[in-house]
Amino acid sequence: MFLRLAWRNIWRNKRRTIITMASVVFAVLLAILLNSIKEGVLYKLQENVVTFYTGAVQIHQNGYWEDQRLDNSFAQSDSLFELAKAHPDVNAVVPRLETFVLAASEKHTRGCMVVGIDPQTEPLVTSLDQKIVQGSYLENNDQGILLSEGLAEYLKLGVNDTVVLLGQGYHGVSATGKYAIRGLIKFASPELNKRMAYLPMHSAQNLFGAENRFTALVLDLTSVVKAEKVEEELALTLEGQYEVMNWKTLLPELNQVLEGERAENVIFLMVLYLLISFGIFGTILMMIVERQYEFGILVAIGMRKLKLSRMVIFENVMISVIGAIIGTVLSVPVVGYFYRYPIRITGKLEEAYRNFGFEPIFYFSIEPRIFYSQTIVVLSIALILSIYPLIKIMNIKPVESMRQ
Amino acid sequence: MDSHNHENCVIHTEDLTKIYDGGAFPVRAVNDVHLHIEKGEFTTLVGPSGSGKTTLLNLIGGLDQPTQGKVWVKDVDISTLSKSQLIDFRLHNIGFVFQAYNLIPVLTARENIEFVMLLQKRSKAERKKRVFQLLREIGMEDKINHRPAQLSGGQQQRVAVARALASKPQFVLADEPTANLDSKTAKNLLDTMVKLNEEEHITFIFSTHDQRVMDRARRVITLVDGAIASDELKEEQHIIIG
Ligand SMILES: Nc1ncnc2c1ncn2[C@@H]1O[C@H](COP(=O)(O)OP(=O)(O)OP(=O)(O)O)[C@@H](O)[C@H]1O
Ligand SMILES: [Mg+2]
Repeated sequence: MFLRLAWRNIWRNKRRTIITMASVVFAVLLAILLNSIKEGVLYKLQENVVTFYTGAVQIHQNGYWEDQRLDNSFAQSDSLFELAKAHPDVNAVVPRLETFVLAASEKHTRGCMVVGIDPQTEPLVTSLDQKIVQGSYLENNDQGILLSEGLAEYLKLGVNDTVVLLGQGYHGVSATGKYAIRGLIKFASPELNKRMAYLPMHSAQNLFGAENRFTALVLDLTSVVKAEKVEEELALTLEGQYEVMNWKTLLPELNQVLEGERAENVIFLMVLYLLISFGIFGTILMMIVERQYEFGILVAIGMRKLKLSRMVIFENVMISVIGAIIGTVLSVPVVGYFYRYPIRITGKLEEAYRNFGFEPIFYFSIEPRIFYSQTIVVLSIALILSIYPLIKIMNIKPVESMRQ
Repeated sequence: MDSHNHENCVIHTEDLTKIYDGGAFPVRAVNDVHLHIEKGEFTTLVGPSGSGKTTLLNLIGGLDQPTQGKVWVKDVDISTLSKSQLIDFRLHNIGFVFQAYNLIPVLTARENIEFVMLLQKRSKAERKKRVFQLLREIGMEDKINHRPAQLSGGQQQRVAVARALASKPQFVLADEPTANLDSKTAKNLLDTMVKLNEEEHITFIFSTHDQRVMDRARRVITLVDGAIASDELKEEQHIIIG
């Protein structure tokens, strides 16, 4: 009967209950949509950025990240490769051998990063083959080189010209080589665009006297959000000889930007929920005033105050939580629709996005957390606001309540 | 002093005083009241407005604390009870009928009556039996599923009486139960209560301004300025249902 009583009490003032619920429904719906698009966009952003160069997770010789020299490279190891590959969240494992050198044409020199890659597997992480703007991508046993567009421009070189690389190899040997330019790559990031050069792995290893050595294994994952998990799990077995890092460590600035974006969202939602809290609180306030007399009667005839409070709190929590559930249910088809048919950005913004190498699309996320977290938030608000009726009811004096 | 220990005594007050300090000068709403009420009595408290009837009933019912003096219900000094014990004590020992709006608006007549028994954790079978018995006694079997808003003022008060009795209390306190009723309805309500008093020996204590109520009572206590001015026992004939 107490449940029945509480339920009927909820619908005593239908209009007010519906208005309160509707405001919760609206807030939850808005919050879910906002979070979904934010998470979706950020997720895509991570994925995009990770595919620029770093990949989601990298494995290095222990100490390499602190001191990025060829001397900190590691010998090719099939067992390491297989171990990484065997992880269920890992799509591809791609080797790299990278270091700084001077690139020179007849008249110009410039520092650049030269990266030895496996031409066949590298595109799995970075889609490097898609970024060719002139010439062609590297063949497997190629003797040529790929230069980023900005670097080639600086050196005043084009496809089929020759570039000279000068540097220091493994254990300090001097490294010099001449390579024909096979193709030019355009990076969206200006930073990358002015200083990248790609050699097939065997050429790079030759050049640096680092036979069978890599500086990094780059992992492509089924999802970029798994990066931390994969890192932790691999680190468990690899610790000691190797270091495992996820993109958040590899790209700390990006991580900071993303966290900032999230915080911004949180502030907006806090304001939204603050408004909703006032609405719910107003309802509680009015309800308490209206039912003062009745509460007095109930306590007078022998209903314990705790029992009464529990009932009233249950009523308030139900109003809020039902609102939250309706909001969540309504959000499912909306989010589902946009998940399937993401919003395409057009006009100036589209151009800006393309220039930075991003798809001009707003993706929506359907991560479960986005949905249920809002109900938890609303439930917490309702419980916190319930402190008020609790105090009010515990302090009821029947004689005074009934005088009104 | 020992008089309240006597077997048939349900209410005993000694030296009962309530002083309100609210306004410019303190008000002695109840002033040194010694009262003794036995099981099965049908008593009215009368007196002009402001004479302290409501205050006295609230003190007896444990809804208000006296400034001085004590109230015993059976052999319990209710001032010794903690707040939550007092709530439980009321639940099991005292029935209340207030002037108006006694009932929970969202519950039906039947549910309102059942409610107190539910608080008392009585079994479903027992609740059901008693609800129907009470509804019959107040003559409202046909209105069991009506909500208070669908009942007349008199019907609401009768349901309130039934609710007050549902818990099988030691006595029922009723503060001007007929105040909002027309005379015919008031008579009906009184008939019901007199009948319950005679047939089931339910102890009733009323406050009232209503002459008809006074006429029906066996004992009339008159309050003036919070003190008992007179306490009359009437002849049996007066209360026979006309
Ligand atoms: N909470 C209070 N604060 C101050 N004074 C009060 C309070 N309650 C009652 N009084 C005073 O106590 C006195 C007795 O009041 P009470 O309500 O008991 O009278 P009553 O006999 O029930 O009157 P009525 O017939 O009008 O219902 C009055 O003078 C009243 O003003
Ligand atoms: Mg009064």
